[in-house]
Amino acid sequence: MSEKQTGPGFLGWIDARFPLTKMFEEHLSKYYAPRNFNFWYFFGSLALVVLVIQIVTGIFLTMHYKPDGEMAFDSVEYIMRDVDWGWLIRYLHSTGASAFFIVVYLHMFRALIYGSYQKPRELIWLFGMFIFLALMAEAFMGYLLPWGQMSYWGAQVIISLFGAIPWVGDSLTLWIRGDFVVSDATLNRFFALHVVAVPLVLLMLVVMHVIALHEVGSNNPDGVEIKKNKDANGIPLDGIPFHPYYTVKDILGVVVFLILFSAVVFFMPDMGGYFLEHANFVPADQLKTPPHIAPVWYFTPFYAILRAIPNKLFGVIAMFSSIALLFLLPWIDRGKVKSVRYRSLGFKMLLVMLVISFIGLGYLGALPVDDTRKFFARVFSIGYFGFFLGLWWISKNETTKPVPERVR
Amino acid sequence: MNKILILAIGLLLPVICWGEGGDTFPHDKIHIDWNDKAAMQRGARTFANYCMSCHSAKYSRFDRVGKDLGIPDKLVRDNLIFTTDANGDKTKIGQLMKITMTPEYSKDAFGVVPPDLSLVARSRGVDWLYNYLRGFYVDESRDLGINNGVFANVGMPHVLVGLQGLQRPKYKTVTDSEGNDHEVIVGFEMLEPGSMTPSEYDQTVHDLVAYLDYLAEPYKQTRKNVGTGVIIFLLVFLILAYFLKKEYWKDVH
Repeated sequence: MSEKQTGPGFLGWIDARFPLTKMFEEHLSKYYAPRNFNFWYFFGSLALVVLVIQIVTGIFLTMHYKPDGEMAFDSVEYIMRDVDWGWLIRYLHSTGASAFFIVVYLHMFRALIYGSYQKPRELIWLFGMFIFLALMAEAFMGYLLPWGQMSYWGAQVIISLFGAIPWVGDSLTLWIRGDFVVSDATLNRFFALHVVAVPLVLLMLVVMHVIALHEVGSNNPDGVEIKKNKDANGIPLDGIPFHPYYTVKDILGVVVFLILFSAVVFFMPDMGGYFLEHANFVPADQLKTPPHIAPVWYFTPFYAILRAIPNKLFGVIAMFSSIALLFLLPWIDRGKVKSVRYRSLGFKMLLVMLVISFIGLGYLGALPVDDTRKFFARVFSIGYFGFFLGLWWISKNETTKPVPERVR
Repeated sequence: MNKILILAIGLLLPVICWGEGGDTFPHDKIHIDWNDKAAMQRGARTFANYCMSCHSAKYSRFDRVGKDLGIPDKLVRDNLIFTTDANGDKTKIGQLMKITMTPEYSKDAFGVVPPDLSLVARSRGVDWLYNYLRGFYVDESRDLGINNGVFANVGMPHVLVGLQGLQRPKYKTVTDSEGNDHEVIVGFEMLEPGSMTPSEYDQTVHDLVAYLDYLAEPYKQTRKNVGTGVIIFLLVFLILAYFLKKEYWKDVH
C-alpha cells in the first residue's frame, strides 16, 4: 500500500482518506474562470442560493404540512398563523419558487447571448435543460399542495393536456391522477414527488451540470476559450481562481439578490396576484370551476402557445416542442462564433424577437382569451418558433466580426 | 445589447393588474391604515354582532385578535365570543373562531353554505368587499327582495339593512361594443333610511373591511417590521461586500 503525499495535521489526516483539499482546489481555488464575467454571470450562483433556500424552507414546511385532501388547505393556514415564523418560511418558499424561475430564465438567456451551449459545452446545456424540466415538474407539483382553487383547477387543466395524446391519453391521465378527478390520491403522490423524488433528481442534475462545466471550463462574454492561452505553469492567462475572486464577487450578487427577494417576501408576497394567485385563498372545490384558470406566471409563455392553437392535440404538441427545441439548441445553431458581441445583426434581431415573443406570450398566458389576444398570441408564437428556424438558417453562413485572441 | 437588457429586466417586473368587473356598482377604492387599531376594533365588534352567526373565521383565534388589536381578554369574552363548544360551554378565548351553525342548516336556509371569512380579503380583495357591503339594493324579483350591484343574485341577505337602510338603484342605458343596449347601475337613492347616515355607514363598512383585512393576514405588521430590519441589515452587508470585492479585485486587470 503506497502512502499518499498529504499535509500535516487534521487536514492531512482527512486528505489521506478523502480528497477534500483536492476537490477544493479543483472546483474553487484552482478552478480558473475567465476574468471578464459580467452581470449575466451572477445567475448561476444565485440559482444555487435559491435551491438551498427552497430545500431548507421546504424541510420546515414539511414538518407542519398535511398532505390530505381534507386538511391540506387548513394546515397551510395553520402554518401561516399558528406556527412561529411559519408565515416567513412559507413566503420564502412561495417567493423562492418564482425567484427560481426568474434566475433560471436569466441564466438561460445568458447562455443564449454568449453561445455557452455551443461546442464543447453541449452537455452542460443538456444537463441544464433537464434541470429546467425537473424544475417545472417540481413547481407544478408544489403548486397543488396548498390545495386552493387555483392549485386544484390548474392541476386539472395541465393533467388533462396529457389526455390529448392519441390512444393512451385517457389511461395516462388516470394513471397520473390516481383517480378520475384530481383528488386526495393525486395530492398524496404529488407530495411524495415534490418532496422526495424530484428534489433528488434535481440535486443529481445540478452536480452533473457543475462537473461538466468544470471539466470544460467556463465560457465568457467574449466567447473566447481561455484555455488556448496558458502561461508556463499551465494556467490560463485570462483566468483567475474562482476562489477568492468570484466567491467574493458572487457574495455581492447574492446580497443584491437577497435585498430584492426580501422586498417581495416582506412587502408584497403575493406580488399583486402573480406569485400567489387570489383564487388560491379559496379552498379547492371539485364542484366549482373558477371563471378564469391561469397557471402561475412562469408557465404562462408555454400556456399561451398551447391556447394559440385551435386544435388541442396540435396545441399540446406545439407547447412541448417549444421546450424540446431548446434541448436541440447546440445543434440548431450552426455558427462558429459564440458571443453576440461578434455575431451578425441578424442574430441580434432574432434575439430581440425571441425576448419580445417570450415576454408577450407570458403576459397573454395570464389573461383570459379574446380575439385580439389570440391574434397576438399567434404572432408571438410564430416569433418564438421563428427564432429557432431563423437561427438555423442564418448560422450556416453568418457574417461575423473577427473574434479577439484574448478576452478584453 | 442595452435593448436586450432592458427587455430581460422587464421579466422581473410583472405588470400588476387585477381586473374588476366592468358593470359593477359601486366601484370605490378603500384606504386602510394599518396603524388604526380603533377602526379594526370597531370592525371586530360589527363582525361579531352581524357576521359571525353565519360566517366563521376558523383560521383565527379570539385571543390572537384581542392581543393584536389591543382588546383586553375580558372585553373579548364579553363582546366578541357568542358561541358555545360541543359541551354547551362558552367558547374558550384560545379557540378558533368557528361558528355553531352547521353547514347542513345553512344550506337549507340560504341555498349555499356561507363561506369562511378568514381569507376573504385576500381572495376577493378589500375594494371588492368595501363595494359589496355598500351595494345591496331592493329587487322584488329576488326571494329575499334584495340584490347586489357587485355580486349579482347573491344568496346573502342584507344583514346590515338596519344600519344602512334600503336603497333603490338608478339605471343608465349603455351600448356596448357589439351594439347591444343594456342597463347598468349608476347610483342609488335611499328608500327607507336606516339608523346611520350614509357617511356613518360607509365608515362602519370601512372599519369592518379593515378588520377583515387584518383577519386575512394577522401577521402583516410583523412582516413589514421584520422586513425593514432585514433590508437595513442587507444594505449594511452590501457595503461591506462591495469593499471586500473591490479589495480582492485590485490586482485583476
